[in-house]
Amino acid sequence: MPSSSLLEARRLDFSYPDGAHAIRGISLSIPPATLTAVIGSNGSGKSTFIRLLAGLLRPAAGEILLDNKPLEAWPPRLRAREIAYMPQATMTVFPFRAIDVVLSGRTPHAPRFGFENERDHAIAIEALEAAGASHLAQRQVTALSGGEKQMVILARALAQQPRVLLLDEPAAALDLKHRAELMRTLAHLRDTRGLGVVMVTHDLQLTGCIFDRMVALRCGELAEQGRPEEILQSALLAQIYDDPKVRTARIGDQTMVWIDK
Amino acid sequence: MKATLIKAMAILTLVLAVSTAAALLIGSQKIDFARLLSDPFSRTLFFRLRLPRVLMGLTIGASLAVTGATLQALFRNPLADPYTLGISGGGALGASVAIALGWGARVAGVPLVFLASFAGAILAASLVIAIARTGAVVLPGALLLSGVVVNLVSLAAVMTIEYVAAPNNSLEILRWIVGSLDVIGIAPVGYMLVLLVPSWLALLALSRQLNLLAIDEDTAATLGVNVRRVETVVHTLCSLVVGVTVAMGGSIGFVGLIVPHAVRLMFGEDLRVVLPGSLLLGAAFLVLADALGRSVLPSGELPVGAITGLLGGPAFLWLLRRRRQYAAM
Repeated sequence: MPSSSLLEARRLDFSYPDGAHAIRGISLSIPPATLTAVIGSNGSGKSTFIRLLAGLLRPAAGEILLDNKPLEAWPPRLRAREIAYMPQATMTVFPFRAIDVVLSGRTPHAPRFGFENERDHAIAIEALEAAGASHLAQRQVTALSGGEKQMVILARALAQQPRVLLLDEPAAALDLKHRAELMRTLAHLRDTRGLGVVMVTHDLQLTGCIFDRMVALRCGELAEQGRPEEILQSALLAQIYDDPKVRTARIGDQTMVWIDK
Repeated sequence: MKATLIKAMAILTLVLAVSTAAALLIGSQKIDFARLLSDPFSRTLFFRLRLPRVLMGLTIGASLAVTGATLQALFRNPLADPYTLGISGGGALGASVAIALGWGARVAGVPLVFLASFAGAILAASLVIAIARTGAVVLPGALLLSGVVVNLVSLAAVMTIEYVAAPNNSLEILRWIVGSLDVIGIAPVGYMLVLLVPSWLALLALSRQLNLLAIDEDTAATLGVNVRRVETVVHTLCSLVVGVTVAMGGSIGFVGLIVPHAVRLMFGEDLRVVLPGSLLLGAAFLVLADALGRSVLPSGELPVGAITGLLGGPAFLWLLRRRRQYAAM
């Protein structure tokens, strides 16, 4: 149903000038209050796809609709209140304090030339708590580890109070505990605020069962989409990751994924 | 953050007032301030030479520092400034070509030298960025290296032009290469301010977007910043500001590098504080450096660029050493 989708991609085509990481004919609908995982092998176009959804890249063909309105028709500032994006890594070289980075996520909501107010501060602190990073508030981001930096950037995306959150491998630098915390936070925001999440991930094992839906990309095309237990099948994963030895098994409501010797 | 801005503005305005007063008082010639209006010698010395020179210093210092802070944020490169990106050199080359050709004319009231200098600055900036850009990414190390080389080549070209045009006037060459604030009368400062004040204000108006860019380019875009437009506006404005200042004061180095860092150390990283703070501290710093240059030798004076170079070069190296991540770029 088109009316129930928050963000919708229609027949997206894209290719970089060197031809790499091309996207061909991907259509996908992101309803509110769902966690969607985008999986696929390296170079399958996952990051390109999520950057297209974030409006960082412009599709060569096809369109992206936010609330049934083309993404480029949205004024950037209003769009930024609806969609937040968290990259794989950030390269900040200036020693900003973590709290200031999170506060900058309030930009689309703050007056154009003013400073953030008390409410913005409260939201920023709440976002740091939700990301499990309150203890980092006064630290300089340049002194943080990769995982800690990611938590601060996640808090910043949450402070944007978006309706759609796009995450590009957010868990890559996180340890087990923080991965679990990230997933719980996202599930909580889905349930309480109706947040729609699209997350690129390589972590099929730990996070697989939490997603409502999985989308598998292969060579820039949408290979399959469905519930995690439908996607996490040996034959399908073997095809997506181009490895015949991928095995899966159901244990209770969880799916185990491993590679056979 | 608002409190930080108010505190920074108060402290730096005071610093600026004290520096300006000191710069007006200090000089190789003693001015009798009690008879400033009645004594023609004192009056000429003060109103035709000392005051214009201090105003020139304030204007150029503010300009170089605010462009330095802007360029550092835009390129996420703490070592960027008009000098290290070759913009100063390009501007100096444009201006010296115009002067060698005897272009004293004005176009719509703007001295042609300013236009030539602006053209040189924007060409140098575009060249350096084009060399350092691969795809959507500007490589920080390549940016600085190409900037420094463009600066060296430009200044060598300036030296060649000056040598051919006025073989006996090595002082004039030195002025372009090192930079100096010599000026007669107040009118040139007036021309500069007409172009500079709107440019400063436009840069200050971008401080929030620059703040987001200083953190990260991709997320700045998803937070509503039109990155390409900010880049274009910043390139143009910085080239204009640097071009105009270089046309008058020559290629004064490192002001845009050390002043923003000093402001950051005192008041934190937020560009909404760093940009106006750099404007004030840059003005104060350059008039003090010039006052030092005018008084440090028993006879004669050092060009202000020699002072900023002697202070700024070591500061650059200190920054490189202190923050390991800069060296990795």
